Amino acid sequence: MSDASPAIEVRDLVKIYSGHTAVSKISFTVARGEILGFLGPNGAGKSTTMRILTGYLPATAGEVNVCGVPVASRSAEIKKLIGYMPENNPLPEDMRVSEYLHFRGRLKEIPRRKLSLRLDEVLELCDLTRVRHRIIGKLSKGFRQRVGIAEAILAEPPVIIMDEPTIGLDPHQILIVRDLIASLRGRMTVIISSHILPEIEMTCDRVLIINQGRVVAAGTPADLRREVFGQSRYHLEIAGEIAATLPAALTQIEPTLHIASSGEPDAAGFRKLILTSAREDDLGDTLLHALATDGRFRVRALNRAQPSLEDVFLAATKRGWETVDAPASK
Amino acid sequence: MRHFTTILSHEIRMLLVNASTYIAAVLFLFVMGFIFSGVLESYSAAPQETSPASVFFQLFWLPVWFMVPLLTMKCLAEERRLGTLETLFTAPVSTTEVVLGKYFAAYFLYLLLWASTGGFFYILHHFAGDTRFIDLGPLMGGYLFIAVSGLLYVSLGVFASSLTRHQAVAGIFAFAMLFGITIGLRFVSTLEVLNLETMAPFRAAIDYTLVFHHLDDFTRGVVDTRQLLFYVSGTVIALIFSILGVEAKLIHS
Repeated sequence: MSDASPAIEVRDLVKIYSGHTAVSKISFTVARGEILGFLGPNGAGKSTTMRILTGYLPATAGEVNVCGVPVASRSAEIKKLIGYMPENNPLPEDMRVSEYLHFRGRLKEIPRRKLSLRLDEVLELCDLTRVRHRIIGKLSKGFRQRVGIAEAILAEPPVIIMDEPTIGLDPHQILIVRDLIASLRGRMTVIISSHILPEIEMTCDRVLIINQGRVVAAGTPADLRREVFGQSRYHLEIAGEIAATLPAALTQIEPTLHIASSGEPDAAGFRKLILTSAREDDLGDTLLHALATDGRFRVRALNRAQPSLEDVFLAATKRGWETVDAPASK
Repeated sequence: MRHFTTILSHEIRMLLVNASTYIAAVLFLFVMGFIFSGVLESYSAAPQETSPASVFFQLFWLPVWFMVPLLTMKCLAEERRLGTLETLFTAPVSTTEVVLGKYFAAYFLYLLLWASTGGFFYILHHFAGDTRFIDLGPLMGGYLFIAVSGLLYVSLGVFASSLTRHQAVAGIFAFAMLFGITIGLRFVSTLEVLNLETMAPFRAAIDYTLVFHHLDDFTRGVVDTRQLLFYVSGTVIALIFSILGVEAKLIHS
């Protein structure tokens, strides 16, 4: 196990469940200490991919290496390298928090001497000290989720995989979980899957969007915005002779500036327009100045639209759909 | 096998903190006490040829049919249904360790329940004040039979639990297998067709598996290694199939 190898390396991973292809030729790598967000609609193959990474499910074809160790042939070693929190976070109902973590610590081969120290540390980190003697079945969802996270980080594995760690939590608990994940940055490699897009955007260094078992987009959230939209967008509210004179005026300001869509005028005569430009730097100042000084127009509002990860996700999964369906329709 | 003891002690602990274990134990002792007092009553009415212990153990199948499925049906099926089997197998443990840990925990409880019926004989000894009532030979033989045959019965229960995610299905399946191995084979052995010359090998094989013959031998103090081998090999096969059952379910899940 050399330190140069990436934390996770997946090449042409395929998983077929009785004729149904859940994962089809996925390839990606995750560097050490990186936090990767796994995005995709339901049934996209996120959970399946994660289960294969942990060695719980065998893959149909392809290669997966965790810290340079192949999962398929040395799954016993892999299990020591990974802390995994499955979907829905299943926990035994009739155990106490500290009992459960102690049992898991023993299974994960933490030496008895270190275990109680590490247990205190993890309970503190996940803010579970207050409930350490409570029975898991009687805990609230937020606490249960944190017990799952505590279990995953217990043995300090180099790789942590969490399947929807923030599902069903209230905003305050999400904040705590987010801080917890952020605190692992640099020390451990983390893969999280989630439907909550701002969540991923805030915590993850890199995002992988998969749909129908394929990777449809990958990169930092900023990269993805650029890749998927390829332009910056502005929202403009303006009144005046728009159809006749505005396009020419815009071209004068910046050649790549176009009207993408135009709304109906409201009672005061203002229309809402969406402008697009290939320029990445902010044109807002120039645009506002030029339009405001032009006597033909009256400007009420102008702002630069920041496409959220949500837009990227919708665009990318839609794009994925088209690319997936394209060969079939031929 | 370094995690075997961790899993075993965890499982035993979970059984011992669970209220349903105690409810089952109380009901088991109630039923067995009822049987035992019935046996004593028949002894007080008329002199009998055999010792009370051997009559008591003749009815061993009744608790086996109900207690073994109840003890084992939960062990793998429930974990699979809850999804905790997934967390268990993503820790560095092997399927063999998990299955053996759960098997021996259930077997331990089975022995514990039967051992508690020893109290009946103690009470009888204490209050009757007559050592003739307690014939130590059949008593020890009976308990030895319970311990040895229990190996197989509990492993069949674990096997049933490894095949499904529903406790009830596991329970019924275990019950059916236990019924077959105790009473079912006895019915088969009475079939006329087995008396034919050509069926002689089958007849020998079935005679070899009749648990009531084993019980008779044990209570008479005869410990036949062939019978021990029958139970031990049956246990090993059932456990191997349990391990395969769990792994096959993982592959096709």
